[in-house]
Amino acid sequence: MPSKDTDTGTGKGRSIIVETVTRLMVPFIQLFALYVIIHGAGGPGGGFQGGVIFASSFVLYVVAFGIVKAGNRFSERANIVLFSTGVYLYAGVGLLCILFSYGAAQFLNYGYIPLTHHFEENRALGMDLVEVGIGITVMAVITSIFFNLVWKRENEEIGEREGED
Amino acid sequence: MIFELDLVLLFLVVIIAIVAITTRDLLSAIMLLCAYSFLMAVVWVEMHSVDVAFTEAAVGAGATTAFLIAALSRTKRWEKK
Repeated sequence: MPSKDTDTGTGKGRSIIVETVTRLMVPFIQLFALYVIIHGAGGPGGGFQGGVIFASSFVLYVVAFGIVKAGNRFSERANIVLFSTGVYLYAGVGLLCILFSYGAAQFLNYGYIPLTHHFEENRALGMDLVEVGIGITVMAVITSIFFNLVWKRENEEIGEREGED
Repeated sequence: MIFELDLVLLFLVVIIAIVAITTRDLLSAIMLLCAYSFLMAVVWVEMHSVDVAFTEAAVGAGATTAFLIAALSRTKRWEKK
């Protein structure tokens, strides 16, 4: 019969196996997320999916090491900066298209950004930049939602266990 | 599309959905919703819609399950009768 009180295992009862596997897996999850973001234009995936996978690596980190250690690694202030960085990257690329074509092209018509000499290569590079912006914002927002859901409970536990270690 | 595989998958999806809304253990309901999302991802792949399947697997089976468990840690595990 399980106890009525739930324990998500975010604070206590850590094991060396979980910590080691997490330490090994997190970089590969993040590498896969970057692969999904970069290859989003030509195949399945994209900024949103890559951002969610990147955020799930932080979720795994929180599950293994607890919210306090994860909060030190990925602070709330960095989160807020990353939200707006992604949105500014998206909107900035879109507005650059209008600026470089002197108002002839639409918002996010990537071909008019003069990154290379070919229209199609400009389009591909602009699409990748926009995907990176989407990925940064989604990663920061989902990490922030999860941290805020877990944060208060851990703080209460720390308040209760003050004096230990 | 393989008709038999579709039939089995959709049957399982319906069964899991019914069990998820009738169970009183909320942790089991969350795990069943995770399985539901994963089976739906398989169904999307079966329908040759890999992009939707990718989103379903990443968001439905990954992020949403973590969110729901984090929300469950603030409340009771068992639903009232």
